[in-house]
Amino acid sequence: MKTNDLARKKGSRRAVLWRLMKYFFRYKFAVAAVFALMISSNLLALLGPMLSGQAINAIDLETGVDFDAVYRYCALMAIFYVASSVLSYLLSVLMIRLSQKIIRKMRQDVFDKLLTLPVGYFDRLQAGDIINRVSYDIDTVNASLSNDILQVLTGFITVVGAFAAMVWISPILLGVVILTVPVSVWVTIKRSRSVRPLFRKRSAKLAELNGFSEEMLSGLKTIKAYGREEMISHKFSDKNTDAVDAFYDADYYGSLIGPAVNFVNNFGMVLISTVGSVLYLYGRLLIGDINSFLLYSRRFSGPINELANIMGEVQSALAAAERVFGVLDASPEREDVPDAKVLTDPEGEVEFRNVRFGYLPDVTVIRDLSFRASSGQTVAIVGPTGAGKTTLVNLLMRFYDPQGGNILIDGTDVREYTRQSLRAAFSMVLQDTWLFEGTIFENIAYGKEGATEEEVRAAARAAHIADYIESLPEGYSAPVTDGGVNLSKGQKQLMTIARAMLSPAHLLILDEATSNVDTRTELLIRDAMLRLMEGKTCFVIAHRLSTVQNADLILVVRNGDIVESGRHEELLAAGGFYSEIYRAQFE
Amino acid sequence: MKLVFSYLARYKWRMSVGLFIKALGTVAELFLPMIMAYMIDEIAPAQDLALLIVWGAVMLVCALVALFGNVIANRMASRVARDTTERLRRDLFVKTLALSARQSDEFTVPSLVSRLSSDTYNVHNMIGMMQRLGVRAPILVIGGVALTFVVEPVLALVLLAVVPFLTVVVIVVSMRGIVLYTDLQRAVDGMVRKVRDDYTGIRVIKALSRTDYESRSFAAINDRVVHCETKAGVTMGITNPVLNLLLNLGMTAVILVGAYRVASDNALVGEIIAFTSYFTIILNAVIMVSRIFVNYSKGGASAKRIAQVLNAPEDLLPVREAGLTPRTGEMIRFEGVSFGYGLGVPVVKDISFSVRRGESLGVIGATGSGKSTLVSLMLRFYEAEAGKVFIDGRDVRSYEDAELRGKFGVVLQNDFLMAASVRENIDFERSLADGAIRTAAACARADGFIDALEEGYESELTARGANFSGGQKQRLLIARALAGRPDILILDDSSSALDYKTDAQLRSAILENFPETTIVMIAQRISSVRFADKILVLDGGRIVGFGSDKELMKTCEVYRNIYRSQHGEEEAEHEDE
Repeated sequence: MKTNDLARKKGSRRAVLWRLMKYFFRYKFAVAAVFALMISSNLLALLGPMLSGQAINAIDLETGVDFDAVYRYCALMAIFYVASSVLSYLLSVLMIRLSQKIIRKMRQDVFDKLLTLPVGYFDRLQAGDIINRVSYDIDTVNASLSNDILQVLTGFITVVGAFAAMVWISPILLGVVILTVPVSVWVTIKRSRSVRPLFRKRSAKLAELNGFSEEMLSGLKTIKAYGREEMISHKFSDKNTDAVDAFYDADYYGSLIGPAVNFVNNFGMVLISTVGSVLYLYGRLLIGDINSFLLYSRRFSGPINELANIMGEVQSALAAAERVFGVLDASPEREDVPDAKVLTDPEGEVEFRNVRFGYLPDVTVIRDLSFRASSGQTVAIVGPTGAGKTTLVNLLMRFYDPQGGNILIDGTDVREYTRQSLRAAFSMVLQDTWLFEGTIFENIAYGKEGATEEEVRAAARAAHIADYIESLPEGYSAPVTDGGVNLSKGQKQLMTIARAMLSPAHLLILDEATSNVDTRTELLIRDAMLRLMEGKTCFVIAHRLSTVQNADLILVVRNGDIVESGRHEELLAAGGFYSEIYRAQFE
Repeated sequence: MKLVFSYLARYKWRMSVGLFIKALGTVAELFLPMIMAYMIDEIAPAQDLALLIVWGAVMLVCALVALFGNVIANRMASRVARDTTERLRRDLFVKTLALSARQSDEFTVPSLVSRLSSDTYNVHNMIGMMQRLGVRAPILVIGGVALTFVVEPVLALVLLAVVPFLTVVVIVVSMRGIVLYTDLQRAVDGMVRKVRDDYTGIRVIKALSRTDYESRSFAAINDRVVHCETKAGVTMGITNPVLNLLLNLGMTAVILVGAYRVASDNALVGEIIAFTSYFTIILNAVIMVSRIFVNYSKGGASAKRIAQVLNAPEDLLPVREAGLTPRTGEMIRFEGVSFGYGLGVPVVKDISFSVRRGESLGVIGATGSGKSTLVSLMLRFYEAEAGKVFIDGRDVRSYEDAELRGKFGVVLQNDFLMAASVRENIDFERSLADGAIRTAAACARADGFIDALEEGYESELTARGANFSGGQKQRLLIARALAGRPDILILDDSSSALDYKTDAQLRSAILENFPETTIVMIAQRISSVRFADKILVLDGGRIVGFGSDKELMKTCEVYRNIYRSQHGEEEAEHEDE
């Protein structure tokens, strides 16, 4: 069972790797060029020590120095080193461009994918999580791919080349040096076994700490209001200590690695000079060969020592890639049906027929909902908190599809229209106002592609936000900062109302559209709202019963069912649930 | 940087010992090539096998000293880095909580968060790295060059000629790199902002079918990030090939010059081999130095950002002056108070009113009329620009923060819930008795849904309480405010998500259970404030009415308008009769 899991994990890892490679091989020529450059630059670099050894041999002759040979070898060395450096710079530039192309594509893929995902996906994941995938995770994948692939391949060529050169120079010395390889391997294994979980813990603790401070700072005023600074600081202190301790633990083992690798190198040097001198003593080795051998041995052990680092990086890159692919693999909103109609200029007749829906399969929010709104009518939906009012909006806009029953617009099931045309037929003002980082103008103009300045001003005036905007030093080009902090809740809502006013849609949804606007301002914008609602089929969701009294049809929703429906007067006369909540506001 | 040094000062002995051990280990390493040259040039020709082995053993000892010296020193350095960061980060957090509202508005919360997280992380890395490599690299470079002089002065000069070039390349590229990486960081910030915006606005984007537009605008930001990163990468990528090239050419020159020196009997071959080893050491050290530069500039910039917060002057300290005369008998009193958040636009103007202990105050007015600002002034988040605010008979400026705020139970607009259990959210770190929590929850009409939860009071909330509905969240917050049995209860627009019925029940429960408490109710709905003994009507930051519901219906035009707008004409007339 366990081995099975392990095999599957390995298999999935291989699949992830394969998908990553596919991103690479999209750029075949660049990849081929990278390979060619890499091999040639490394081979040239490998020739260097050999040449320097030959040059030194030419110096250390019984007969004195052979200057011709020294010149020749030195000139060759210079040429090869220059060529190798130029090639390796070209290689790194090429590699950066290639990996940036890949990362750009990947980021855009993820972002575009996000836009096609159903809204439910965003309700489940935190913003920080998604941001991490687009920035940090993709960066990790990129850093690892562009460095590690090069390093592994370079390392391979270097190890093989250096080994061959050492065999050729002195098999006996090689036999001695090979002794250090198990030490390197041992250090490597030890490192990956003991350090990897420590690094994982280190990131986890740090993430926990950062999450805590982010959360607490978002409640800064509340903490102050309750005078809880000290208690919260204590909690922070504990998490901080955990985080730095985890950091230290990782460092403690990590700090062994650098010196240990150096030691292995130095130990190799000790062996080579001692044994090399002995061999030289017995005339089995030329002095220049000791030099070459020393240089090759460093190249030989380097990549082996590095392998531990690289494996760690590759592991984390694969984990990051998995998260990225997780987004790419999420199922998007269901495709439009093959012969989907484009909804243009709808009459605005809306009907719910025995609609049943729940966000989770076993928790029903709407049990059995049926009603009909004729073109141009205003339908108000009222009821206690959590009765499923906002869910109706989600269904109308097809953010979610019902599990049973039908929703029809102009007599056709909404699922037979293209989603885009369906949504374009609606304009809406939601309970949660949404403004993005940009100017006030951009935020209002968002409601209609290519809205002119006049249109935006007119909409702002109609929504009674123009005075405020014009009182700002920068007017319409004033920036809306992070989440619209410099605007009050009510002002934000007026902005989104102005945005909706720009939209030419035939159906209108007002979900608590004026809940944060005080009633006097609401009164002021009522005219504008009435104009906005004119000739449109409107769905109004509100707590304030005053705002729904004039509706053509009031639906009283309770526990997912319509318990009453009718006009205001009829419902009051009936003396049911509606009249009960109506009376409650005067108690 | 001064900041970091002041934090390090406490560990100067530990650091000195660590750095000394480090220097010892590093120097031991430097002797290796020299011993090797001696073995090849002096002992091997003398055919002394025993001596060869002895010197080989000496080399081994040096290598071991290097290993242990470096490991011990690295660990000591890590400890210093850990202890420093722990203190620095804790002080930063405490200071952040102590910033006045005006100060934290200026820094902005996201910036404070990143100072606490990524900036302290950068400083942590820098402190560790500076100790580990900051000593090692210079010793290796300087010591390496110095020892080559001992081995062979003329050849050493050849090597030394390369060093200025190396230094110039490292400095120029690192400086350029800092600028480029700052640009990149800014571009990445833009990308993060875009993703965050679209995450929160996905419904609107889909509703308006603006996905193409969003995709295009992301592509522009993406291109910018890629451009910056490529530029930075291509620039930084110069370092290694150029350093390698310079040193390798230097080595070629050494061999060439060495040939002449050997021919004229001024040098030995083993010395040339020692040189090639020193070259490798110096090359690695120089690459280390270039890494230190990048790390230092990153950490230095972060340290500066941290220092900005730590050095922010203490704002809004209590004032002990004779001029602060107490007024007894009144729980809340405003005397000619004016205030604005800056920008030169006053938000409230000339506000005067008072409320006695046990009375209730309703505040109603248009969006942006300054209702919440009154709360901020009572809690002394901000200080009035003109006039005085008295709480429980004393000028707010005469209080210690804790004493003043201890009198309040507050639900702010957009208040915050933690990712913790229901109980912890109501308790809010006050160690309240279980009974108090349950009573408060019952009074806030939250007990019903809490008991219906599978784990009751131990149920966990997700971040910002996203797994609870708006009405449930507001009731939890009200329970939190009630649980401390405050002298003054402030509910700022905190029942807007409740339906009228629940709202009314909640109000009567509070009145019944908290008769001693002065209640301040800020609301949009007139039905939420009608019950209050005194109602304050704000318009454009000024008081346009103050009195009971009955009085205001007679005297205040604005109040009547609000009433009419909410209840329709008939009821208003009806009420008048």
